[in-house]
Amino acid sequence: MTATDTIVIIGAGQAGGWTAKTLRDEGFEGRIVVIGDEPYAPYERPPLSKDVLLGNAEKESCLLWPAGTLEGQNVELRLGETVASIDPAAHTVTLAGGETIGWTKLMLATGGRARPLPIPGADLDGVFVLRTIADTDAIRPLLTEGATVLVVGAGWIGLEVAAAARKRGAKAVVVEVGDRVCARALTPEMSAWVHALHERNGVDIRLSCGLKEFAGAGRIERAVLADGTEIPCDLAVIGIGLVPNVELAQAAGLAVDNGIVVDETGRTSHPDIFAAGDVANHPNPLLGRRVRLESWENAQNQAIATAKAMLGKGEPYSEIPWFWSDQYDANIQLMGLPTDWDETVVRGDRDSGSFVEFYLKDGKIEGAAAVNNPRDLRFTRRLMTSGKSFEASSLADPAVKLQSLLKG
Amino acid sequence: MSDVTFHKVATTDQLDEDEAMQVIVEGKEVAVINLGGTFYAMDDICSHAYASMADGYIEGDCIECPLHGAQFNIKTGKAETPPATVDLATYVVKIEGSDIYVGLPNN
Repeated sequence: MTATDTIVIIGAGQAGGWTAKTLRDEGFEGRIVVIGDEPYAPYERPPLSKDVLLGNAEKESCLLWPAGTLEGQNVELRLGETVASIDPAAHTVTLAGGETIGWTKLMLATGGRARPLPIPGADLDGVFVLRTIADTDAIRPLLTEGATVLVVGAGWIGLEVAAAARKRGAKAVVVEVGDRVCARALTPEMSAWVHALHERNGVDIRLSCGLKEFAGAGRIERAVLADGTEIPCDLAVIGIGLVPNVELAQAAGLAVDNGIVVDETGRTSHPDIFAAGDVANHPNPLLGRRVRLESWENAQNQAIATAKAMLGKGEPYSEIPWFWSDQYDANIQLMGLPTDWDETVVRGDRDSGSFVEFYLKDGKIEGAAAVNNPRDLRFTRRLMTSGKSFEASSLADPAVKLQSLLKG
Repeated sequence: MSDVTFHKVATTDQLDEDEAMQVIVEGKEVAVINLGGTFYAMDDICSHAYASMADGYIEGDCIECPLHGAQFNIKTGKAETPPATVDLATYVVKIEGSDIYVGLPNN
């Protein structure tokens, strides 16, 4: 890649931003164009459902870098613009306004959008999803003392909205079609712990509960459950997952299967087109399977790895997935994506509100979950990549430092 | 050395090798780090988000933030890995007997 080359990045989120930054930091001197449909420079989304929703932090605090940083590195930000199509053969993208931009290499950091809820009344005023700064700006003023928020979906977004609502003095009712909270991410025991955390904080959680419709005169006034029960509410926030934005890639003829299919360097089925972040279905050598991760860390680190690969100096991207959530005073972190384990070891005391659960198979750590113990949880990554087996009794004893398990 | 004032913050037996602890010096949170038997001091609050670096793990010459994994060079304070992009201040350390002193600039 030379100074006469152009790299176009579609998507100005965490992955798009880090792609541009890394390309410059790694010495690429050509033209970089970042096209994003939101009016903001690249920002990170985790605070939107936490501190920014609570009003404890300004939305500007989400920006990845101080305003002007990318422009100062001669990156062209085309914000508030949408890409209409990609022509892989001609190496161009065409914007919705008709402008065509040529590229030598193309990054698809298109992320995803909140999954819509296909029920009557979902288009009423006061019914929201939470994905963008604009969503948070719309929801925050409605989370007031005495208001009732109906949350659809007991996943991370839904539970963080419920926690923010309670902290702001609003009532929260969570309606979940599954039989436990965060069933996709948590073990049954951890689900029970998180469920109890919310009940202690006054959230009304309805499990195995379908939703029939939202009703109201122009604006939501109540939710009607599948069994006919009516729940009066002032607003509803739908958090039922993410739909990867694959349409541009699909129309361009790229391989798409639960996201845009890429190899371990982020390359799609077209040699000059790459993808990273929430949209990228990629092989994870440490897990031994393909995954598409909707996480902050993956959006950052996969983008960095892929940007290097675009410059021909990439190494295969290989990390153990890591996630976190903040709810009330609980910092919840997960390491790995355990699918199969034969022993759960608890380090610390679940009732104390600070503990780690290790999920072991034949003494090897397949994954871990921690509440208010980020220190041990982060070190767990090293225990996992060591390939060693561990005694359950050592892991379970908080007096045994985890570092000591890697020594000798 | 006249431009710093030394403050006693801890004793060497309080800090095992490759461990860090937070101390408060003149109201400021400072991480004191024992890197392979040599003591270093740097600002304790991560430059990315509010977290105590002393709660992090030491990896090579770096300490890793427990919240989001940003690594800072213990000797120089340089932000070595994302998400942090702003370096942390470091402070001079002296050991007298078993006492650890951190030198804060006079201003």
